[in-house]
Amino acid sequence: MKKFKNLKKTTKNNLITYAMVIIAFIVVQIMVSGGMMSSLMQGLLVPLCTYSIVAIGLNLCVGYLGELSLGHAGFMCVGAFSSAFFTKCMATTGMNETVRFILAILIGTLTAAIFGYLIGIPVLRLRGDYLAIVTLAFGEIIKNIINVMYIGRDSNGFHFSLKDKASLNLGEDGEMLVDGAKGITRIPHQSSFLIGVILILICLVIVFHLVNSRSGRAIMAIRDNRIAAESVGINVTKYKLMAFSISAAIAGAGGVLYAHNLSTLTALPANFGYNMSIMILVFVVLGGMGSFRGSIIAAVILTMLPEVLRGLADYRMLIYAIVLIVMMLFNWAPKAIEMREKFSSKMKHIFHKKQTEEVQ
Amino acid sequence: MAMLEIKNLGISFGGLRAVDRFEVSIEKGQLYGLIGPNGAGKTTVFNMLTGVYKPSDGIIKLDGKDLVGKSTIEINKEGVARTFQNIRLFSDQSVLDNVKIGLHNDHPYSTLTGILRLPKYRKVEKEMNEKALELLKVFELDEKADYLASNLPYGQQRKLEIARALATNPKLLLLDEPAAGMNPNETKELMDTIRFVRDEFDMTILLIEHDMKLVSGICEELTVLNFGQVLAQGKTSDVLNNPEVIKAYLGE
Repeated sequence: MKKFKNLKKTTKNNLITYAMVIIAFIVVQIMVSGGMMSSLMQGLLVPLCTYSIVAIGLNLCVGYLGELSLGHAGFMCVGAFSSAFFTKCMATTGMNETVRFILAILIGTLTAAIFGYLIGIPVLRLRGDYLAIVTLAFGEIIKNIINVMYIGRDSNGFHFSLKDKASLNLGEDGEMLVDGAKGITRIPHQSSFLIGVILILICLVIVFHLVNSRSGRAIMAIRDNRIAAESVGINVTKYKLMAFSISAAIAGAGGVLYAHNLSTLTALPANFGYNMSIMILVFVVLGGMGSFRGSIIAAVILTMLPEVLRGLADYRMLIYAIVLIVMMLFNWAPKAIEMREKFSSKMKHIFHKKQTEEVQ
Repeated sequence: MAMLEIKNLGISFGGLRAVDRFEVSIEKGQLYGLIGPNGAGKTTVFNMLTGVYKPSDGIIKLDGKDLVGKSTIEINKEGVARTFQNIRLFSDQSVLDNVKIGLHNDHPYSTLTGILRLPKYRKVEKEMNEKALELLKVFELDEKADYLASNLPYGQQRKLEIARALATNPKLLLLDEPAAGMNPNETKELMDTIRFVRDEFDMTILLIEHDMKLVSGICEELTVLNFGQVLAQGKTSDVLNNPEVIKAYLGE
């Protein structure tokens, strides 16, 4: 315990976050095996992990790079489709399933990173509201292109078209891999809560280590004062692109998890549209920009809430909205922050007194 | 040959000639002052020197290397560091991290090394911490290393900016109104610090200042700018007694 106290404040914070995720995982496992969790809730576990991961990715972009992105659903979409496509291609080869899934995760993440990099080149020249709107547009473009993409495979190899199914000219042994708006069907169901939690932990390690390193400091320096950052020789373009790509890559990893939890993957406005981007942004803002732990907590609460409130039928979304407003006020209204600080310092005082008494 | 050679430097913003035929040459180890009324173009000269603005014409040479047309980052790598008139710290980061950001290019390791926490990460971070604390000690900020930069009092923020600039290991240090907003005691302290920096780090310093006590106290030579043009140049005492300077800037 004493050793824990001597650690640096950031290290301590990071450890608390890891512990929180692991404890949540254990609690959920106990609840599931004890039959204390409805099947509806169990079905939410993987989406919860997905949203948490994408929120971590977006928080890197919004909280640390300081650029508002409304296109992260697009990167999630890229990760989901590229990995599902890979899995589908490899499904018949008899490859080891675990190896295939790990490869799928890597491919989804990498593809999203490449898209993040390519989109970042033009987009990061803009700032503030302009950047937000252009990322929104790119997110929609990605979704819409995937909606008209047809890819099939027969003995002659792959066929690709952006027109329709017929123009693929598939042979008799042909197999549709990506069928336009119908998406990718019969994806092996490989995501699980365990894998989701492991992915969350990996993402957390990456972002924590990144922000506490030389590159992370450079990224934050650009956020705090771009002109000063340049004056000390920091390559602004390089670090902006790096942060944006890593952020996109993490969103892509979330997409992989999402895709392998569904049997049919389609790029609908509901799952990869701007609604999703904004929902993720709500998680980030509510949890606190720059706080990865907060993003996870906000993602969990706001995803669970509609299900918990299902009994209220029509009033469900109304209450959801009210809870959102109240939480936002409690977390971020200046008066509320002041009140919380007073309360916590009082608690610390009481706690501290007790401790010194014990020592005596 | 002088360390910094500026010849015939000029810049126009639209129809406005902000700086015209500006010339100066500064020897290594010199403490040089740039003074003049508000709007004379002093900060514009700094901005051209550091690549923020591209001069319309003229030559800037540092140790014989041409700096015109280079980016701010490249110029910093050539050995020019600066502070700002309106303090520009990384306000949401700690005092220590502010200096460590200044050490960015001198103590490199890759992003992957940072994410994977390879042995090199520990080694370089340790070096950085030591170096940064050493620099903070010079400015008596080492005890506040964990403070947020924005929580420092004004005078110390100015000092931190100088420490951060020194962290980039420059040959030439540009200080833009280092004493602005300081009380006489703080200014006196700052004068000692600037002299100390020059001697200890073997630095060449060019500074803009309005505080005549500071200027006459530490600058060996001066250039007076007025309406973008050089009004007078030379030894501090001579310049400050120049009737034209008194008329245009100091007041009779």
